[in-house]
Amino acid sequence: MKYKRKVPCTKEQLKEIRGFVNDSLGQHGLSDVDISAMVLAIDEVCANLIIHSHHCNPKEHIEIIINVGIREGVEFRIVDEGVGFDINQYEEPTIDDLIKSKRKGGIGLILVKKIMDDIDFIKIQNKNTCRLFKKINIS
Amino acid sequence: MIDIKTIKEDDILILNVVGDVDASSSIELDTALKAAIESKEGKILVDCANLNYISSAGLGVFMSYIQDIKANNIKLVICGLSEKVYNVFEILGLHQLLTIKSTTVDAKAYLNEV
Repeated sequence: MKYKRKVPCTKEQLKEIRGFVNDSLGQHGLSDVDISAMVLAIDEVCANLIIHSHHCNPKEHIEIIINVGIREGVEFRIVDEGVGFDINQYEEPTIDDLIKSKRKGGIGLILVKKIMDDIDFIKIQNKNTCRLFKKINIS
Repeated sequence: MIDIKTIKEDDILILNVVGDVDASSSIELDTALKAAIESKEGKILVDCANLNYISSAGLGVFMSYIQDIKANNIKLVICGLSEKVYNVFEILGLHQLLTIKSTTVDAKAYLNEV
């Protein structure tokens, strides 16, 4: 089953994105804890793109595509246009470093990597796709 | 999206957090927590019974004050987390770095321990 949603790049859209992911996954007999972990991971990737790649410009958009039941799990694709951000190239700080430096950001992508089983980034011309895969039993 | 009320109950400063804490609203949690810590009250209780959602932006706020809490000898406890919100703290191991209790009763008992 495939679900798709395109939203403008504003932080206020994050709640909308979470609702979309939650509702889409909610139709497949997954547990609340599993669904909320995946909702969180997608929220983190989208927040990162909206804030850092698109500078909260409402004229720009990101698209979220969810494919449930593919390869015994769920595949998410987050598509945008522009500079692009390869999550796998990001060297995340340690929790200790963040506490010592009192930094408030930097842990979102640690969460994404802990929640998802496979992450890759594809750039074709101006179009970027962040693909995230979660292996999970679908009823 | 988020509503935080701060009240004083005996010698405990209570922050009631209601709603979703994400990248668009974490600034409000930051403002409320900063004010609580700077007030130099020794006991702070963050009641999250009505916190529906927290993302890394909210976790980052709690993390950024861990050192200040220790340096100022403040006892800070978080309570009332739903299973899915607690799970987010757990994924990063923050449940071991912050004091988390199930209920406000447990949280107050912890704050009143001598």
